[in-house]
Amino acid sequence: MATKTILQSINEALDQMMEKDPSVVVYGEDVGFEGGVFRTTAGLQKKYGEKRVFDTPISEAAIVGSAVGMSINGMKPVVEMQFSGFSLPAYNQIVTHVARFRNRSRGKYHLPLVIRMPYGGGVKALEHHSESLETLYAHIPGLKLVIPSTPYDAKGLLIAAINDPDPVIFMEPKRIYRAFKQEVPDEMYEVPIGKARMVKKGKDLTIIAWGALVREVEKAMELKPEIDAEVIDLRTISPIDYETIIASVKKTGRVLIVHEAVKSFGPAAELISIINEKAFVYLEAAPRRLTGFDITVPLPKGEPYFIITPEQIAYEMQKLVDFKA
Amino acid sequence: MLFDDYNPLKGEMLQIMDQEGKIVNDKLEPKIDKETLLKMYKTMVLGRTADEKALQFQRQGRMLTYAPNIGQEAAQVGPMAALKDQDWLVLAFREFNAMLYKGVTLEQAFLYWYGNERGSRYDDQVRVLPINVPIGSQINHAAGVAYASKLKELDEVAIVFIGDGGTSHGEFHEGMNFAATYDLPMITIIQNNQYAISTPRHKVIKAKTLAQKAIAYGISGIQVDGNDPLAMFLAVKTARERAIKGDGPTLIEAVTYRIGPHTTSDNPKLYREDSEVEEWVKKDPIKRMKNYLIGKKLWSEEKDIELHEELKQLVLDTFRHVEETGEVELHEVFDYTYEKLTPNLEEQLNYYKEYLKAEGIKDGN
Repeated sequence: MATKTILQSINEALDQMMEKDPSVVVYGEDVGFEGGVFRTTAGLQKKYGEKRVFDTPISEAAIVGSAVGMSINGMKPVVEMQFSGFSLPAYNQIVTHVARFRNRSRGKYHLPLVIRMPYGGGVKALEHHSESLETLYAHIPGLKLVIPSTPYDAKGLLIAAINDPDPVIFMEPKRIYRAFKQEVPDEMYEVPIGKARMVKKGKDLTIIAWGALVREVEKAMELKPEIDAEVIDLRTISPIDYETIIASVKKTGRVLIVHEAVKSFGPAAELISIINEKAFVYLEAAPRRLTGFDITVPLPKGEPYFIITPEQIAYEMQKLVDFKA
Repeated sequence: MLFDDYNPLKGEMLQIMDQEGKIVNDKLEPKIDKETLLKMYKTMVLGRTADEKALQFQRQGRMLTYAPNIGQEAAQVGPMAALKDQDWLVLAFREFNAMLYKGVTLEQAFLYWYGNERGSRYDDQVRVLPINVPIGSQINHAAGVAYASKLKELDEVAIVFIGDGGTSHGEFHEGMNFAATYDLPMITIIQNNQYAISTPRHKVIKAKTLAQKAIAYGISGIQVDGNDPLAMFLAVKTARERAIKGDGPTLIEAVTYRIGPHTTSDNPKLYREDSEVEEWVKKDPIKRMKNYLIGKKLWSEEKDIELHEELKQLVLDTFRHVEETGEVELHEVFDYTYEKLTPNLEEQLNYYKEYLKAEGIKDGN
């Protein structure tokens, strides 16, 4: 076992799955020769050849649409959208086809494909390079949406996604691609899709986060050592792991949801609805959400206003603990 | 090479039989065995009969919106006859005859237009993708199917249909360029039936021909008389040979005409003259094929009357069966969203069952 970054873990998952399963193909813009603009696919073309790992035209609809056809004809495509903000030309394919082929054909065809996309802000990027578009994908019946926050989960979830018989949108928190290392087994393993991770047990309140913000929550807890928070990394945004969330909220009675996606109609709205439906009488405080503002992600000079900091999370934690009905 | 002899930029068009079914280009007359020729013709007549009956069923309120194919039978059956069983058919939505030829049953095809997804669950060995409603997006599916065939080095191609209107879509460009880039074994048939619902092709496309778009992709393109089943057969047969050799995709523009409405919700009298329709009725592909077969002593008027009677009855019986068995059960609308019901879906299904039970409503419609 060695320590690896999220980026290395993703690369390793792809490498091992390609080696094990000849039906796995990996492609997208600059994915082949260069190994991706972030190098997540580095070395794969050299090892598996230009037929299984290849560069495509700048045609997101063709990348995803061809993955539909490949899946029908026996392949397991793992395609890359260079940034989630550029997945929108493929949105037609994803919503009208990827999500529906199993249902449309009453099970004759299903699509075991994975669409990877780096997402989220905090990297001082140009316009359209910092979006968090979970809602656009979690809202669509037929899709699964997975977001890892650690190197261990990145590898295990990606392997699970490739093995999954349903299409999976795999969003990668690019801000922490190389931020830290963790012990990651060299062998293949799966982290189950649809199961949240209990980051830390606690009794004062429940904090739910995912992706790059899990680390920010962990930092916030260091700022508030007097608050004993229970932290849940949702990991799968769709389908949601109700059980873990509801059990936690029933215990703590207080819940804070943190995400970078903009607020209105966002994932926190759904989570709070579920909590209200299933744990209403256990609540001791109105649920709170700390999210991106309902604005376009600002360019780097304005982005600090948008990015959620550990200090801001700590502020919200205190408010929630202080709340008295 | 066939495709070099017909320059799409000059509007040259491949034709083998004239509009009466007489061979006008005997050097190119393909040698098709009797069984295949008869299958082509019978499929066209079945398609036509089904179309005509479907329009009646719809007017009687027994069928949903329906998109008829009348006049376009040759553009669909010619290509199918030139393929092999293992080839893939990727549909737009006006390819009823192609579907029937490729092994979709009449019952399945009707069941879909009756409003039941089970109509798109074709038999396991039938390599047809379901009807694709979002215009143009199917090109990319065909490119992916073809990529997999090529990667696996299999003797198979993907043939994909699109309308003249669909060529204006961005996905048409992405898919054609993608297929051309990797020399994929893909054949694109544009059924140029002259109208995108009410909008005539010349009002929204500046290009002289649709086949000439192939030139920009660096592939072969040819304009074919789409009401000539032999010409369509030959173009696709040639395209298939090229595709298997590794010469890449071919773009075939089938020049044809939609005799009927876009769908049953459309009134074509609002946007075109009867005289225009009458001109095209003279080029009826079924008449041409029939005359050709009679000329070859493979068919007769007597047999034709018999066939029409037989197929009319088949269509009526099949549709009646669809009406008797075409209902959907509650669980079916949940079961195929994912491989397994998610906890969320399970909860919603149970909720609905509980509601039905509480209100004493029968499960199902």
